[in-house]
Amino acid sequence: MLKLTGVQKTFNKGTINEKKALNGIDLQLKEGDFVTIIGGNGAGKSTMLNMIAGVYPIDAGKIILDGEDVSRSPEHKRAKFLGRVFQDPMKGTAATMEIQENLALAYRRGQKRGLRWGITKAERQRYYEELKMLGLGLEDRMTSKVGLLSGGQRQALTLLMASLQKPKLLLLDEHTAALDPKTAAKVLELTEEIISEHRLTAMMVTHNMKDAIRLGNRLIMMHEGRIIYNVGGEEKQKLKVEDLLEKFGQASGGEFANDRMMLA
Amino acid sequence: MSGFLLSMQGAVSQGVLWGIMVLGVYITYKILNIADLTVDGSFALGGCVCATLIVNGGWNPVAALVISLAAGLLAGAVTGFLHTVFEIPAILAGILTQISLWSINLRIMGGKSNIPLLKADTIFSWIVDTTGLSQSMVSLIIGIVVAVALIAFLYWFFGTELGAALRATGDNEDMIRALGVNIKKTKMLALMISNGLVALSGGLVCQSQKYGDINNGTGAIVIGLAAIVIGDVLLGRLRSFGSKLTSAVVGSVVYFLIRAIVLQMGMDANDMKLLSAIIVALALCVPVAVDKWKLRRSYMEGGN
Ligand SMILES: Nc1ncnc2c1ncn2[C@@H]1O[C@H](COP(=O)(O)OP(=O)(O)OP(=O)(O)O)[C@@H](O)[C@H]1O
Ligand SMILES: [Mg+2]
Repeated sequence: MLKLTGVQKTFNKGTINEKKALNGIDLQLKEGDFVTIIGGNGAGKSTMLNMIAGVYPIDAGKIILDGEDVSRSPEHKRAKFLGRVFQDPMKGTAATMEIQENLALAYRRGQKRGLRWGITKAERQRYYEELKMLGLGLEDRMTSKVGLLSGGQRQALTLLMASLQKPKLLLLDEHTAALDPKTAAKVLELTEEIISEHRLTAMMVTHNMKDAIRLGNRLIMMHEGRIIYNVGGEEKQKLKVEDLLEKFGQASGGEFANDRMMLA
Repeated sequence: MSGFLLSMQGAVSQGVLWGIMVLGVYITYKILNIADLTVDGSFALGGCVCATLIVNGGWNPVAALVISLAAGLLAGAVTGFLHTVFEIPAILAGILTQISLWSINLRIMGGKSNIPLLKADTIFSWIVDTTGLSQSMVSLIIGIVVAVALIAFLYWFFGTELGAALRATGDNEDMIRALGVNIKKTKMLALMISNGLVALSGGLVCQSQKYGDINNGTGAIVIGLAAIVIGDVLLGRLRSFGSKLTSAVVGSVVYFLIRAIVLQMGMDANDMKLLSAIIVALALCVPVAVDKWKLRRSYMEGGN
């Protein structure tokens, strides 16, 4: 489904701000895998997802998505494979457009956009049903501008948008981090529902180690642009937060005390 | 008194013809969220192309307008190319095209800075001749017909899949790229349509004024922005997209009415650009000032 081999990325190459963000990433996902990703600030988690999505070109290595080599194809061409939810709730939706217009834009992900009308009646019906399932009352506000929604509502909407046209791979980058605990829990619950209902292959970055252990069938830990721990199956089920902290401590030479990971 | 009414009628018809340019500015400024300075050049371009084709080429005035429109599309494409392919900031890309258009316009007109259309046929003179209506009445009728047709076209276009992608490009580039849209293409398209309309407006104004002039477009962008601002103030409460477009044209009419009135009151025509700039600057300053004032006030209230 997804295969990364030797993926490297250095930002600001040849300047004093040079930063090696990915240092040879190898990773393979099978259809239906749900991988959680943890690691300290600046470990390269977002960069890895951005490289898969094609936000920036990679320096070296290969990215194979659904059997297609996409290593050098631009972001808008890879979009047909990918559903994405960002950390920033503002980033995933168009604020000045209606809820239903946002959904219609997402429904056409990866398809040619021509001079047909932007939203059909049958679609509206479908969006109504889907919004109802979110349980946020958005189905009665389909013609409201998305800018009027709260961060949590926008994030839930983005999640729905990402799955409307079933993606080969769903990329979630700390998509609950900007929400209050209750809303975050609700959005995470929706995430689980959507992933299991559509049997999606997914990657989810999180700073919450309990969630990272509880959710998905595989967990990877990143540090300084490398995957330092990759665990699946039964071994993952048996993991405890202490195990992860210890792993992380080993990798970073014990200097993790002030890291955000501790808070989780 | 009738002189005053006549000048008001002339202002309204001019406002409608220039309103077509404002529709173009609306696309870049309001929908794409960039201030495209190509406009000054492409407005003049439309007029120069039209005047040259009609006077020197003996073209049919409608065909000349079509070529004006096409020339505007091309000018927009140049700005779009500089902006999207070479990532030159939109403002600068627009300035570059605008400046080069000044020389190009002069070349189009064979080195003359002004070509009069006094004896040539225009769509306006055709209709004046067949109906016997006054020149400014005919300008008004043609302007309204073209403006309504273009508003209907834009309303349809921005409702299509492609049009919606274009609106989303102006709203949130990250999102629409993640949804598989090549924003280089949508930006290019928006700049082309915008400048096409601007040049068409330039061609129409040229035919109604009976001359083409390389300086005709100077300050057009500021007139466009002022008209949008005025339209927003007057009709901003209307929400639908169609009424937003209409308010751009209405803003243009009101702008030209204000202009006619202050000129009647004895203001120097050359000060009009200053007045337009002040209108736009005020419109941009007021919301910021109000926000700051509210912030200060809420602090004092909190302190009590
Ligand atoms: N666009 C960019 N330009 C320059 N440097 C970047 C860019 N994006 C990321 N980096 C750098 O690459 C490194 C990895 O960043 P990345 O955002 O992938 O970390 P992360 O694991 O997602 O961290 P966090 O938990 O804070 O989100 C960091 O040092 C960061 O400063
Ligand atoms: Mg990150």
